[in-house]
Amino acid sequence: MTRWIGKHAWNIGLAALLAALLGVTKLIQPEFGVSGVESLTRAALPFAFATAAMAVVVIVGGIDLSVASMMAVTGVTAAVLMQHAGDGSSVAVTFLTLLVGVAMGTVNGSLVVLTKVPDIVVTLAMLFVWEGVALLILEAPGGAVADWLMAAVVGGLGGVVDWVPRALILMVFCISVVWVPIKRSRLGLSIYATGSDRAAAFRSGVAVGRTRVAAYAVAGLFCALGGLSLTMITGIGEPVPGPYLLASVAAVVLGGVTLGGGRGGLLGPIIAVFILRLIRLMLTLMAVDPNVTTIVEGAIMVIVVMIGGLLTLKGRRR
Amino acid sequence: MNGRVEKPRLTAAAGQLVRDHPLIPLVALLFMLSGVLELLRPGIINPFWLGNTVKFATPLAMLAACQVLTMLTAGIDLSAGAVATVSAFVVATVTPLFGVPAGVGVALGAALVVGLLNGFGVGVARVHPLIMTLGTGLVATGCLQVYQRFVIATGTEIPHFLEWLGTGRSFGIPNGLFLFVPFSILVLAGLRFTGFGRLLFAFGSNEHASRLSGARCWQVYLALYALSALIAGVTGLLYIGMIRAPSLSLANPLLLPSVAAAVIGGTSIFGGRGSYAGAVIGALILTVLGTMLTLLQMPEGARRVLFGLIILTVTALHARFTEQN
Repeated sequence: MTRWIGKHAWNIGLAALLAALLGVTKLIQPEFGVSGVESLTRAALPFAFATAAMAVVVIVGGIDLSVASMMAVTGVTAAVLMQHAGDGSSVAVTFLTLLVGVAMGTVNGSLVVLTKVPDIVVTLAMLFVWEGVALLILEAPGGAVADWLMAAVVGGLGGVVDWVPRALILMVFCISVVWVPIKRSRLGLSIYATGSDRAAAFRSGVAVGRTRVAAYAVAGLFCALGGLSLTMITGIGEPVPGPYLLASVAAVVLGGVTLGGGRGGLLGPIIAVFILRLIRLMLTLMAVDPNVTTIVEGAIMVIVVMIGGLLTLKGRRR
Repeated sequence: MNGRVEKPRLTAAAGQLVRDHPLIPLVALLFMLSGVLELLRPGIINPFWLGNTVKFATPLAMLAACQVLTMLTAGIDLSAGAVATVSAFVVATVTPLFGVPAGVGVALGAALVVGLLNGFGVGVARVHPLIMTLGTGLVATGCLQVYQRFVIATGTEIPHFLEWLGTGRSFGIPNGLFLFVPFSILVLAGLRFTGFGRLLFAFGSNEHASRLSGARCWQVYLALYALSALIAGVTGLLYIGMIRAPSLSLANPLLLPSVAAAVIGGTSIFGGRGSYAGAVIGALILTVLGTMLTLLQMPEGARRVLFGLIILTVTALHARFTEQN
């Protein structure tokens, strides 16, 4: 039991923080309830997928700066193809969009492995490339999305469990369907091994290059889910990337995934997404200048990491 | 048969050349791009165009100095764009209230505060530079947005000497060079001949070893990030004189290209290797590239794709040729 707590201390702390923040929100705004949580979850959906994508790449020891641009590409792909599609073909379009995401991730990963240029530089260049691709697909916001997809993120489950937002179920379902099997498999082990020490992993027989490409492909898949969810929420495709890059880095770091790789999971970062969104909501409810929110978010990110860094320093000295 | 033997030898020779004189291929690339430009629109290469290119490359090259200096220690300064914007906006809004010296002073002071924060985070609290500078950049942008609401009624005024520096020309040469030439000489000489410059290279090569040799880690980082922010602040002053329209995201679009310029110029993001001269050429290459892509009259999307692909190709070729083993 103590070992379990020790292993998940960071996640438990984050969950406690989230619960406390929810309580404070309720105090500030007594009407905050089911519908508030529902809209909070819906707003957090694309952020959660972007964060999941970033987390996988960071765990394998890289970083993907093109997350937001890939989301834009998949978002507009779905919106353009669904404009004149029926219900049946929109299912096909959904799968096609996911495939596009995986393909983009694979391209990113292969370029990182083949060119031997640092991850951050390659994905910085690919940020421009994918941004351009999104603009080529759709020049101005437009397109449409199938009704059943829009219905999938709005409202609750219905019946006795109507208080559970559909967006939350969708988020948990998609992320766990992709991540849990991977984490339990050989690939998951390889990803963590590559992230913690690439040379050691290589000498132990891990196909390091293939593992890294696979991690980037998984990130691409999450980006596709993020782009789709963005289109599902807004109903149109938006070719200009949103603020997801910075937000995902912030949530990943706050969620206990160390830059450099090999440590952390996806649960922490997802809780961190909710914490960051909730803080934004709270500040809005308190009628604080929305611009102050940016300051608070940046400050939280820096302070949390600083405390983490000082704690590890202390631990090492002991 | 012959060709098969020749090829690796040729690559090796080229690699040797690039390793010994990393600037030669970059300058060649710059001339090649200008040649393509001349082919696309004959007669475009004239003194006026040259002056314009240099003028627009100057702020980019100065911001690239922030990236080169920090990358030498395996860091990065992602707050440089925000800091330049803050300093530009502050000087434009403080000047009508308190005059030019106060405006410049407050602007650079604000930049210095952000830099000291970065240095504290990286040097003392040991936060990853990427996270630290990203965070302070966010905070600085937020502070600027709040500050803007207090000065919204005062109007803006850009000091005359900044306009002279940013847009004027003397004898056909853009005045920005009067700032940039001494600046780049300072950076180049500083990196090569001063102890601080050597410390940056030492930290990037092996931080542990340099600490064991008696270098005081946190002081170097504090000074480095403060210096980087000051450079970004001065860049903001130059840039506002050039653009003459203060806004809340003025210099932000320069941030990623400044990283690209440093990387194209052969600075390793892992530290210990790099040169500022390369970054200056990198900034020129990016500027010429921008002109070329505009001239091609492609859709905006295709231009961005090409821009990204060219950055990637140049860095990949550079990495291939200079591979250590």
